[in-house]
Order: sequence, then C-alpha cells, then structure tokens
Amino acid sequence: MDSVAQRLSVVGAGAALELRGVTRLFGALAALTDVTITVRPGERRAVLGSNGAGKTTLFNCITGDFPPSSGTIRFFGEDVTHFPPYERIRRGLRRTYQISALFPGLTVQDNVYLACRGVSRGRFSFLRPGQNDALMHATDSLVQAVHLSAVKDQRVAELAHGQQRQLEIALALAGAPRFVLFDEPAAGLSPTERAELVEILTSLPAHIGYIIIEHDMDVALRVVESVTMMHNGRIFKEGLPEEIQSDPEVQELYLGGGHE
Amino acid sequence: MSVTHDARVHARPATAQRPAVRGWPDINNPAAWIVAAILLIMPLIANGFFLIEIFATTLILGTIALSLMFLAGYGGMVSLMQLTIAGFCAYMVAVFGASGNANISLGWPWWLAVPMALTLATIFGTLGGALAVRTEGIYTIMITLAIGAAFYYFTNQNWAIFNGHTGINNVSTPHFWGVNWRSDIPFYYIVLAVAALCYFAVDYIARAPFGLALQGVRDNPRRMAALGFNVNAHRVAAYAVASFIAGLAGVLQVWNYRQISPGTVSVGACIDVLIIAIVGGIARPVGPYIGALVFVLLRTFALDFLVKIGLDGNRFRLLIGLGFLAIVFWSSDGVIGLWQRWRQSQRPRTDRPSGGPGHG
Repeated sequence: MDSVAQRLSVVGAGAALELRGVTRLFGALAALTDVTITVRPGERRAVLGSNGAGKTTLFNCITGDFPPSSGTIRFFGEDVTHFPPYERIRRGLRRTYQISALFPGLTVQDNVYLACRGVSRGRFSFLRPGQNDALMHATDSLVQAVHLSAVKDQRVAELAHGQQRQLEIALALAGAPRFVLFDEPAAGLSPTERAELVEILTSLPAHIGYIIIEHDMDVALRVVESVTMMHNGRIFKEGLPEEIQSDPEVQELYLGGGHE
Repeated sequence: MSVTHDARVHARPATAQRPAVRGWPDINNPAAWIVAAILLIMPLIANGFFLIEIFATTLILGTIALSLMFLAGYGGMVSLMQLTIAGFCAYMVAVFGASGNANISLGWPWWLAVPMALTLATIFGTLGGALAVRTEGIYTIMITLAIGAAFYYFTNQNWAIFNGHTGINNVSTPHFWGVNWRSDIPFYYIVLAVAALCYFAVDYIARAPFGLALQGVRDNPRRMAALGFNVNAHRVAAYAVASFIAGLAGVLQVWNYRQISPGTVSVGACIDVLIIAIVGGIARPVGPYIGALVFVLLRTFALDFLVKIGLDGNRFRLLIGLGFLAIVFWSSDGVIGLWQRWRQSQRPRTDRPSGGPGHG
C-alpha cells in the first residue's frame, strides 16, 4: 500500500526537473548555495545572472558533469542525484555547452549519428549501419533541421563558428529529448544566425521544456515564459520575463550594468 | 524531429553519396590491389628467408602494432602492454599445448590450446585496460608500461609456469590434413590470412557504431557522456578488442619461433611496438604494417650495412633511432603521413581530400 502510494506520488509529481537545496562546493568556494528550482514539463525558462553567478555550475549539477555536494535532483520524478551523466541523458535530459564540445576529427554526419546512437541501443555494435538504418534517417533529418546538409561530410574542425554552434544544438536534440539545457547557444553568432536560433527554439515541440542561459536579452526573453535570476550562487528572483525586466533590484544588479 | 525545416536547403537525396563514404575506400585504390596481389604471390618471388624472416615477421609485428593503433589512433589511449598481451598469449599456447618442456606443457591439441590462450590473453588485456582507463595520457602509458615490466620480471622469476629465463622451447606447431603448417609457405599464408583479417576488422569497426563512438571518446570524452555513452565501458571494450588482436599475433609469434622466453616480452620489445606504430602512423590501420616493414628491414640489414661502411655493426639500433627521429620530425603521422603529403603535392587540385573520413 505504502509503495503503491509512493509510486503514485512519483508518477503524479508533475515536475520535469526538481532541485531541492542543491549546493556545490569547489573547495571552500560555494559555487551554488541551497538552490531550489521546480520546472514543469514543457516549460521554457531563462536563467540570468552575471558571470560567476553559478549558472553553468547549475547545469553541470543537473547533468551530473559535477555531482552536487548536497541536495537532491529529480528528473520527471526520479531521483537522479547520484546517476552518472549518461544515465540522465538516456532518460531524456540533454545539454549544450557554452564552448562547443564537438568531435573535431569526425564529420558532421558522424557527430550527429553518435548523438542519435548514444540515446538508443547498439552503442557497442560492431556492424556498420546499412542504407536504411533508422538512425541514419534520424541523423539526416537532424542535420537538415540545423541547416548543415551542405557540409555533412566535412570534418567538424573545418566548420565555421556559427556552423559549430548549430551542430552543438543538433547534438542536444537527438533521440527523444524531454528537457534540454542550453548554455549560451547564441554566443558568437551573427544577427542572422541569432534569428535562426530563435526560430529553432520557438519551433521545438511543445512537450520539450528547456532552460536557457543567455546574456542576449533579445534572444532570451523571446523564447521563454519564465525567468530565474541568479546571483552569487543563489536564486535571487523568479518570475515572468516582464516582471524580471521591470524589477528595480534586478536592473540594478544585472540589466542596469549593461549586458554583454 | 520536427525542429525547423528550411526551404532554402536543397533537399539532396541523403543516401546519394553514402556508398563511397561508408564503404571501403581501399577498393578504389589501385595501389591497394597491387600490394594485395604481391602479398598473395609472395612465395613465388621470395625465398624462405625473406618469406618468414622479413614478411611473416613484419605481418606478425604489424598486427601487434595494429592493436596499439586501434587503441591509440581511434581511442586516444597509448598502451605499452600490447606486446605483453601477445607474449602472454604465446606463453599460454606453449603452456596448454605441447612443447619440449613436458613438465610444464599440458599437451593439449592446438585447436584447444589456441582458443584457451586467446581467451586468457583477452581477459588479461581487458583487466589491464580496466586499470589503465582510470587514468589519462602519460599515466596510461606509465600503467601499461608497468604491467609490461612486471610481466617481464615475473616470467624471469617464475619457474612453475613460465620456466624462468630459459622459457619454453620446442613448442609444437599444427599438423593436419597432411600439411605441416609451420613449413614456410603454409605458415606464410596463415600469417597473411590472420593479418588481413585483423586489418579489415579494424578498418570495418572504425566505421561501425563502436568504432565511431571510440573516436568520439578520443575527441571529447565529456561530451560522449553527455550524449548517453558510458565512456569507461567503451574504453575497456576497446582494450578487449585490442587484446584479442594482440593475442592472435602472439599465437603466430610462438609458432614462428617455436619457443617463447622472457627476452621476447622485454620492456625494450614493448617500446619497439610503440616505435613501429608511430613510424608507420597511427591514423590508419595500414600504418603499423608499414612501420613493421621499416623496422624489420632495418633490424635485419642495418648491421650488414653498417659493417659495410666501416662502422660497428652493433650500432644498428642507432640507425633505427635516427630513422625514428627523422620520420617523427618530418611527419607527425609517420610514413603514411609523408606519403599522403607527397601524393597531395603531386596533385595540386584539391578535389579529393586526403585519407578516409573519420580516420583521424
């Protein structure tokens, strides 16, 4: 009876991502202090804050790149606090990196293929994919979705910066993502590329929620419905984009200081 | 994925170019066919000495170096214990099979002793790999070198199984279907078949999900974890594959010399395998075989050459060292790197990018 109730409570928990009292220490330095966040499935949220506010550390704790020093992380109700990163990814979590983390020695197609393979069976397969391999088709459509079809056989090391950023996003959308963490996806993009990025983000299927770290307010506030403001490793404020934008304290701390 | 679809992207049939990219690049290369033909008719050209001492030895050493190329070129893991794994497998063939040391050898037929030895060598290499993957870069080199050194001293001191510094002699070789498979020509073909099998297997796996993922681990292990891969499991599996390849070469080695002793698994010999792989080039599976040919030719003829020009013949290792320095100095990708650069300079139009895609 008890276990059934427990299971039901997990099923009905409703949050895509739930952080409770997450703290991350680097030696004596607290990069995150007592962070509690709840994000609904399909919710799109921006995390703002100056450099060193703990935004990327927050991502690293959520994906397990760095486990939290204390606190719990639940992903769709499941406690993933002590899971290695790949177990979280296989459950539908995805992330992009602030500095592109790609495979420079491989082609664009192989990069995306690896992303598709990583979240499906046969990671250790010794058999080459055939012409009609389902993952090859998934790869092709993903490459097309981020406008890289023309360079799919080029090695990633030879790509332009903007193309690498687009590939970075493609890798995070492979398989069936349920929740994505975008770490400054617009960094170094031209205005045209930013518009394309906004288009990609806003046209994601509604069930895919995300958190986006972004300094460019024009990008960030157009693609989210809620905002979390961080400062010195703590949650400073949460609210709607308009509320945050017009909040005098926030303006003093962040917006008033001129955004990068 | 219904992300966004851009009308500007000309929808090229996605499968149009794949066969050339995904298939065997060597099939279109006439040089590869010529080399294959020469290797096949070698017994008609070469006498017994060249057939075994040069070419079979090259193929055996090349296969050991191929196992290192697989780990280092695709996985970014430099393992100095590949010769040790081959030597371990050779010892196991001698121990489980029949030899002149009847007090040690169990006298199993070769078709039982060889699978047993291969299994044990693969386990040995996988366990060593499981230790080594906890480290990166120079520490991987140190751990695998330590395993190699430990095994060398252990074989020297252990008399119950490894028969100390004298090793195991007169190891019996397979005879069946009325053929002595250790006589020069049949043995050459066995070695050639095993080497070709390993070469094509490595070439094939490199483009299969396992090999691609291994190259992903080489380029960016952290991102691989963020794509859903268990990076350490992949690395250990790569060691298992490499150990099996090295083990196969070890079987051939013990049949070649009909004996195995600690001298074969010395630390110097472990490092020779690294030199062979680097001289040949670790970006592609053909590199180790080219490196092995250069090494064997130098080892065999440098002595005569030095004596002929009035120097001490014992300095032949100096020649190997100088050759190694020269190649590494002019090409970070060994002989195949030099060759590719020469090909490119011959062909100014850059219509064809060098090397196979994804090969490093």
